[in-house]
Amino acid sequence: MSRATLLNAALFLMLPVTALAALVLDEPFIITLATKVAILALAGVGLNIALGLGGLVSLGHAAFFGIGGYAMGILAHHAQTFTPLMEAPFLLEGTKSMPVIWVVAVIAGALAALAIGALSLRTSGVYFIMITLAFGQMLYYFAISWPAYGGEDGLSIYVRNGFPGLNTLDPIQFFVLCFVILALVLFCAGRLAAAPFGLALSAARQNAERVETVGLSPYRLRLLAFVISGAVTALAGALFADLNRFVSPTMLSWHMSGEIMIFVILGGVGRLFGPVAGAALFILLEHVLGGLSDFWHVYLGLLLLLVVLFARGGMIGLAAGREVAHD
Amino acid sequence: MSFLTLDGIEAFYGPSQALFGVNLSLAEGEVCALMGRNGMGKSSTIKVICRLLKHSAGHLAFDGQDMAAVPPHKAARAGLGLVPEGRRCFPNLTVHENLIAAARPGHWDFDRVAALFPRLAERRDQSAASLSGGEQQMLSIGRALMTNPRLLLLDEATEGLAPVVRQEIWAAVRQLKSSTGMTILVVDKSLAELRQVADSAVILERGATVWSGAMAQVTPVVADQFLGV
Repeated sequence: MSRATLLNAALFLMLPVTALAALVLDEPFIITLATKVAILALAGVGLNIALGLGGLVSLGHAAFFGIGGYAMGILAHHAQTFTPLMEAPFLLEGTKSMPVIWVVAVIAGALAALAIGALSLRTSGVYFIMITLAFGQMLYYFAISWPAYGGEDGLSIYVRNGFPGLNTLDPIQFFVLCFVILALVLFCAGRLAAAPFGLALSAARQNAERVETVGLSPYRLRLLAFVISGAVTALAGALFADLNRFVSPTMLSWHMSGEIMIFVILGGVGRLFGPVAGAALFILLEHVLGGLSDFWHVYLGLLLLLVVLFARGGMIGLAAGREVAHD
Repeated sequence: MSFLTLDGIEAFYGPSQALFGVNLSLAEGEVCALMGRNGMGKSSTIKVICRLLKHSAGHLAFDGQDMAAVPPHKAARAGLGLVPEGRRCFPNLTVHENLIAAARPGHWDFDRVAALFPRLAERRDQSAASLSGGEQQMLSIGRALMTNPRLLLLDEATEGLAPVVRQEIWAAVRQLKSSTGMTILVVDKSLAELRQVADSAVILERGATVWSGAMAQVTPVVADQFLGV
């Protein structure tokens, strides 16, 4: 086994070990932190498909994160107030079932990514960054000015949504649920990177013209990657909203886009387990430094600067040493 | 019927004109040598065929289809397999990954490419960037074959390679011709090698076709007049 594989395994197991230790020590807050890491890592894994594999610097991924959040919020809000989403042309009720909410979140995220990607992928470089940012901000202001679903105040859900056979209000059970989803998505993302689609996407990042001459359209490759990326991030958004039992326009703000990108960059762009390392480090810093000073972002900024300047492969690249195409 | 037809092709790079009237006709199963001195428009012609460069005048047809409005990736899907000048593998992928990234079903698969170029099988999991120039060239040809093209375009496939490696590449090209009857348009400077493999020849001068005919008719007089050899 290579150093990178060992490191990935250690990183990955760190989350359940932390959660179990917290369970034994009766520290439910730590379990919640571990759950938060798993969910934010999932959002990062989503962005990493676009950013790491496709080289698409999207500063609008909060849009998908927030869409996932609002998918949960809106469905659960209607379920808890016993009001239908709509009555005509057919009756559509809210739901408190997590699997249904996830499916809705993933489909909504994918459709939004299809629309946003189809337009923004016609540009590249800084224009792509600005257009994804603009779409994200559009949704943000839309959510703020939509009083039916709380506007600026957001939506509170009184009881966490249910999953068949589990008590999702028990922190450890909800953690296991989120962790299993993260594991499944990581597995799929790994397979995706090694599949011809992932390889071609990776090649298109380096030289789009060469990919065209072997019969593949870089635009289509990137659009598909963007859609998958948006869908995964939306799933993370739905889980995040369920973790907090609350969704607000903050989830759609460009701060959120920046944070998801920080997870990816801290961990290592294009590294499969990069977002796990990045999100874990971020939450650890927020928790430890945040206790010392309200201005802990100063130190985060400094760390980010050091990683970008001296450790281009992120934390994983630094620890695993050798630069690899993908792992 | 002509498989690939270029009729009075003109093309520009920005304001400067590179092609002034290229005519070329290639039948299925034919190996054609595209010749000319440096800067005479050979690579530009290849680019026009692959749609990497749009022509401003003239007619380009492949297998009866007008290619004027076809984007590069659709041209490749229609059956054009380009081995670009300067090799241009995907450096961040391994040999195997380079080959499967754009593979399309057909006669050519990894095993057949590995049989044609055993060295690629040996280097299967090495990154393309770590290969020698000759191996990268083999990989570039292999990658084009994996798309199962109906017309292979070889642009300066032996340029800058050691003589012994060139022989390997030429042996592979001859094998492609004899075993699969592949239609090939080949750009190269080695007249001696082209004589062995090509059926016909087209000579370009200042971006226009000045001579075309059977390879056997490229006499020393013709070669001296247009190619300076």
